[in-house]
Amino acid sequence: MTSHADMSRPESILWEELVPGGNHWSGLMRRGTALRLTDLQGGANLSALFYNFDERLERYNMADTLKAQHTALLTRGHVLMSDMGRVLASIIADDVGGHDAFCGVSDAALIREKYGERPFGVARNAMYRNGRDGLLIELGKWGLGKRDLVPGVNFFSRVIVGEEGELSFAAGHSRAGATVDLRFDMDVLVVLSAAPHPLDPKPEYAPGPVLLTAYRAGLAAEDDYCRNFRPENARAFINTERYFAQ
Amino acid sequence: MNMLIESPLDPRDAVLDEICPAGEGWMGTVKKGQTFRIVDLEGNQAVDTLFYNAHDAEERYSATDTIRRQGRLYLTTGSRLISSEGNVMLTITADTCGRHDTLGGACAAESNTVRYALDKRPMHSCRDNFMHALNACGCAHHLGMSKRDITSNINFFMNVPVTPEGRLSFEDGISAPGKYVEMRAEMDVAVLISNCPQLNNPCNAYNPTPIRLLVWDPV
Repeated sequence: MTSHADMSRPESILWEELVPGGNHWSGLMRRGTALRLTDLQGGANLSALFYNFDERLERYNMADTLKAQHTALLTRGHVLMSDMGRVLASIIADDVGGHDAFCGVSDAALIREKYGERPFGVARNAMYRNGRDGLLIELGKWGLGKRDLVPGVNFFSRVIVGEEGELSFAAGHSRAGATVDLRFDMDVLVVLSAAPHPLDPKPEYAPGPVLLTAYRAGLAAEDDYCRNFRPENARAFINTERYFAQ
Repeated sequence: MNMLIESPLDPRDAVLDEICPAGEGWMGTVKKGQTFRIVDLEGNQAVDTLFYNAHDAEERYSATDTIRRQGRLYLTTGSRLISSEGNVMLTITADTCGRHDTLGGACAAESNTVRYALDKRPMHSCRDNFMHALNACGCAHHLGMSKRDITSNINFFMNVPVTPEGRLSFEDGISAPGKYVEMRAEMDVAVLISNCPQLNNPCNAYNPTPIRLLVWDPV
């Protein structure tokens, strides 16, 4: 097992920031930069949404991403596609695999039912937070709201689909120090919540923290793994490059 | 395999009985307590469908909330279609097909360029139907709807199996001529449909066909 301390660090780090378990975050990631997500303690969940920063009506599209790549789970080689047939981001490295793309996020009712209530007045910043409200708070900072809340990706969480479509949460899927690297292929508004996965059966509220490490990755080369992962991906990169052509 | 549940309702008693032609869009309202049926007249026809609170389109069908609340990927009799506010919008009360898709979404000119070839952009698509319906239907105009409101839809009659390893594929339909799905509205809902015109994959058996839409008042 690789611990966070001896994990290889990317060159040319731009900044680092911690998202405490349960907390939310948003920011602009420029085309050609990358974010390394690190599950510091194991068992974290990081719900993520992605928007074209310049035209926020263009956003991550679950269905287009999954059907173009013939997968219900995301890992290295896969790209996160927008509804306009372009690549918002690419999963360029991943030592977890099988990230959930269809279960959505917890909401206030679910957190209350599962864990009870622990408001700010009692717990201060250890208060119980839920995924939906966290994402909406961040979306609001950019002039977005409920109409922009679409199905996103749950990094570090895996959900297994049975014969008749029944779902089971894979406990202990992500270990301490596990990382996923996302390269941004457009200027992307990234919106995150580290609240518990909605299907996590753990009885106590104990969402794990996630470290964000931003670094320069450069644009996808001709021999890029994600570009060549599937012919669909290559075409989505062509659409993306046409958008930036000048 | 899921149980196939038939409905006791008689089409002669329906208060709405319309045909949506192959490849076209449709928008309408179903009131709380009414029952809405979609009939796959000729078989293997994907019906891309979105639901909205008929009084506030900001509340809409949520694929992820529906999936996680029922702990199951596919829809059939007993499935409750959950809104983005966590409310039950409709309950599926009868289903002679047995499985409906929640993940495949709608085709669009842009996603067709990715999935098939760059020169497929001019082909008619579900998103074009959705966008046209938003312009053409009074109820969409009244609700102030736009592209922002187009979210991940249901594909009635479409078969998109996912394996335990996570592979997702569009399979030949499990529907057949005359199969139907029926649902009771638990709130007043606006229904936005694209009767899918996709010709590049087996979701419509490469031959888009008409559907029949019916609404019954509560008995």
